[in-house]
This record gives sequence, structure tokens and C-alpha cells, in this order.
Amino acid sequence: MLGRLTEGLSARTLILLLLLLAVMLAAPFFASDYLLTVLILILYFAYVGQAWNIMMGFAGQLSLGHALYVGLGAYTAAALYVHFGIGPWIGLLIAIPIAALAGAFIGYLAFRFKVGGVYFAILTIAFAEFARVGFDHLAFTKGSSGLFLPVAQYSKNDLWHLRGQPVMFYYVLLVAVVAAFIGCRALLQSRIGYFWLAIREDEEAARSAGIDTFRYKMIAVVISAAMTSFAGVIYAFYYNNLFPEQVFHISRSIEIILGPIVGGVGTLFGPILGAFVLTGLAESLTEGLHAIGIDIPGAKQVFYGICLLFVIMALPDGVWPWVKRRLGLAERAP
Amino acid sequence: MLLVENVDVHYGDAQALDGVTLEIPERAIVAIVGANGAGKTSLIRAIAGINRPTRGRILYRGDNIAGLPSYKVCNLGIGQVAEGRQVFPTLTIAENLAMGAMIPRARANRERNLERVYAMFPRLAERRAQAAGTLSGGEQQMLAIGRCLMGEPEVVMFDEPSLGLAPAVVQQVLATVRDLNRDGLTCVLVEQNVAVSLKLASHAYVLENGRITLSGTGEALLGDDRVRQAYLGI
Repeated sequence: MLGRLTEGLSARTLILLLLLLAVMLAAPFFASDYLLTVLILILYFAYVGQAWNIMMGFAGQLSLGHALYVGLGAYTAAALYVHFGIGPWIGLLIAIPIAALAGAFIGYLAFRFKVGGVYFAILTIAFAEFARVGFDHLAFTKGSSGLFLPVAQYSKNDLWHLRGQPVMFYYVLLVAVVAAFIGCRALLQSRIGYFWLAIREDEEAARSAGIDTFRYKMIAVVISAAMTSFAGVIYAFYYNNLFPEQVFHISRSIEIILGPIVGGVGTLFGPILGAFVLTGLAESLTEGLHAIGIDIPGAKQVFYGICLLFVIMALPDGVWPWVKRRLGLAERAP
Repeated sequence: MLLVENVDVHYGDAQALDGVTLEIPERAIVAIVGANGAGKTSLIRAIAGINRPTRGRILYRGDNIAGLPSYKVCNLGIGQVAEGRQVFPTLTIAENLAMGAMIPRARANRERNLERVYAMFPRLAERRAQAAGTLSGGEQQMLAIGRCLMGEPEVVMFDEPSLGLAPAVVQQVLATVRDLNRDGLTCVLVEQNVAVSLKLASHAYVLENGRITLSGTGEALLGDDRVRQAYLGI
């Protein structure tokens, strides 16, 4: 198992990866409270970016509505906790099938009726919007007035109920990012991964090579949706409040995809690097401006825009393939 | 071996095939000749399961396969080399070939088939670790044929295999089809190069506006005045 996972990785890549992991493991012992919240944000975006990348980067299906799966995960776990006192990990077991079903439904509609490309993307936006409007009127989750989780000062970290300090969320997310990274690598090396790449490259050719494209596109959507719902559960228990207007909003979906695009769509490390670059730079920009006494609302969004523009023009494959060449990691893409 | 009976294909309201009937005997090379838009590609796609016929039957060894999804048709042993050299450009040659052997019928013998393909196209063996997109047009066509053979097909439908290739390479591609046929492969050949394909073919059909208007042995069609006038410019 371990042998297969590290297969094709140069010793150098492996050492760098382990080094990064060690730094990330040690970070909370050195980081300030503020820096820790930034790192949590980075890990969150690295994780959802990885999940989104399965659909777009591997199977070539553009989703612009991943906020839907985050929101479904968040609302399911939060509502179960608030109403029935069911803990987030049990909630996750229910959130995953709900998000996976939603993904399967959208995928079925699109792939069965041959909705592809931009039209598929629009369909994913539409369903996220349905959810946003729908949850605004859903009394069970307190509609537009928002669903709140009980909050207290926690002296102890309760991992089972995800009640505690940021450092606990940091480690939970770190484990999730590592697991997603390893899982995606295993998927890419499997038969399914090859089929996805074939579909991404040329769906017509994939069909004439005898690949059941419908089935493998469905698998991509379901895995991606299920993975994303876990991020939603963490989101709910970290922020402790959920508003449909916030959770399902299209800008949430866009935030999710920026990381992998900047980092490198279809690469394994791109979503992680992209999250570091974008969130890291955006936060330091906000802090920097704040430090010199300038407060411009929306500066972060403008910065995202400039970043995206720069990456698309200068590094259309993303930052990671470029960094990889610089580091001399000769492993073949992706 | 393969029998197409009264097949209609529609794209929305537009009719692409109108009552097409033809037979592909075992170990034959069957040429399908016709102008652009006559329905040649539609016919291949209907047999391959990519287009669903609106009427008629497609019998393969006696079983009706009309309407089966393409991955099932492929697994029955009906392969196609689609028009325009559909290789996966960023994947390596070895990966492209591996992709052809993923269908269940071909998994067991993949090593043997790979050796066979590499022996047939030594260029592919030399460049096995190279991205398919970096190959020349002719080499990409070899790769497309090789990938199809990795699926252990019994019938292969070649759609315009020589399109856009240099004359010397065209000869090579068509010689490959002939050699494969000698080794026992049943071939369906759609070719713009009408004279050559009729020479190769044991049977031939002329498609016009979605209908079969003429059929016979390759030689007979080669001598037919209408064919000579319309397709050979003589």
C-alpha cells in the first residue's frame, strides 16, 4: 500500500512533502492566534479545492456550485446537533449521503441529457441557488434568520463534539487535507483515474475506446460532493452560525475554485499551493493595509481578481507546475 | 458477421440515415463510399453505439446491438478508429495504449497485445514515454489504430484513416489495414481515397443522402460509370 502510494515519487519530492507536513504539524506551537485562524482558512480551502479538483481537474467537469455541497454538509450536521443533540461525526455519516445524492441527481440530469461544458456549469450554479432560496424558507433550519450552534468558552477540546479551540479544528483539517491528498493520488493511479483523464482529454475518444463515460463522470461528481460535505460540517462547527445567504452564495463557490485554478487545475498539489498563495497573500494584504492605517473594504476581492488575472496570463497551467520545475522535481505531470 | 437492417438515424429533425441495409461478412474489408454529409460517419457511430438508431436493427453474430451503449458494443469486439485521430494528447503513448485495454474483454491479454502493437508500430515502442500530442499526424493515426487493437476487436471500423496525412503515410496506413485484414480482422473502411479503398475492398457500398444507392464488389464498383464519374473524376 505504502509502496504503491509513493511509487513514481522522487526521494526529493517525498522529503519536501514530509518536511512540509512536519512544519504544518508544528505550526500551532509557534503561530499566534491570528496566524492560526489564517492557517485554518488555508487548510479549509486546500481541502475543498482538492475535492473540487476531482471533478474539474481529473474528470473535466466544471462545477461552479460547490457551495451547495458545503452548505448541505453544514446544515445537515448543524441541524442534527441543534435539534437532536447528534454529534458532528454521526451527522457527517448522514451529511455525506445527502450531498452525494444531490451530486448524483445533478450529475444524472446533466450527463443523461448530455448537458456539458458551460451549460453544466450553469446547472451547478442553478442548484446552489435553489438551495440558497430554499433554505431561506426552511423553518427546520431557521430559514433566513440563521441557524446558531450553542457556544461557550471551552477550556477543553472535545473532539467528539467538535467543541473547542481553533487548534483542534486546525488539526482536524490538517488530517483531512493529508487524507484527501493521499486519496486523490490513489484515485489518479487507479483505473478510475485513467478513465477520468481520458474523459477530460477527449470525451468522444474515451467513448470510442469503450469507456462508460456516464458512469465515471457520475463517480467523479459523487466522490467530489461527498468529500466537500465534510468541509461543510467543519464549517458549521467552526463558525457556529449558518445563513443560507452566506453559505450557498455563489461567491462561496467561486472562492472554492480559485485555489486550484491559481495552484494548477488537475494537479495534486495545486489546490494546496493555491490555497496557501491566495489566502496567505490576501490576508497579509489586509493586515498590511491595516497596519499602515488604510481600511479599504473589498480590497481582498480586488486582490483575488488581480491574482487570477496574473496567473491566467503568466502561468496558465497554474503556479504549481512552475514551482515544480523550479524545485527540480522531475515527476511527470500531473 | 455484422448486419445492418433498415437503419434510420436522426439528429433532432434532420435525418442522417434512411433505411440503410448492409452486410459485413467475416474477414472482409467493406468499403463505404460517399460524399461529405452522405452519412458515412453517422453509420459508423450508429454501429458503435454512439448514435441510437431511430429505426432498424443492427445484428452482430445474430444479436441485435442497436441502442446498446458504446462501452458495451466495444466490449463485444466492435472497435472503431474514429475520424481525426482521437488520441489523448497529454497522456503518454503507453498510457494511451493502456486505455484501449481497459475494456473487460481485453484485460487478460494486455501484455501480449501490447507487444503485438509495438511490433507492428516500432515508432510507438521507441516513444512510449512521450506525450501523444507530440507525435506527427501519421504516428498519431498509428497510435489510434494501436489503441483500438489493444481492445482485441474482431471488427474495426476505420473512419477516414488517411485524412490529412502525407501521401507516403496514407499508403502506410492503408497497408496496415490490409495487413490486419490478412491476419483475420474484419474491416470497415470509410475513405475519401475512393480508388484505393475500392481496390482494397471485397465489398463496397455507396451512400448518398443517407441511402445506399449502389453496392457490389470493390472491383465492380471501380468499373461502374456512375462511381467513376462521381468519385474518381474519370
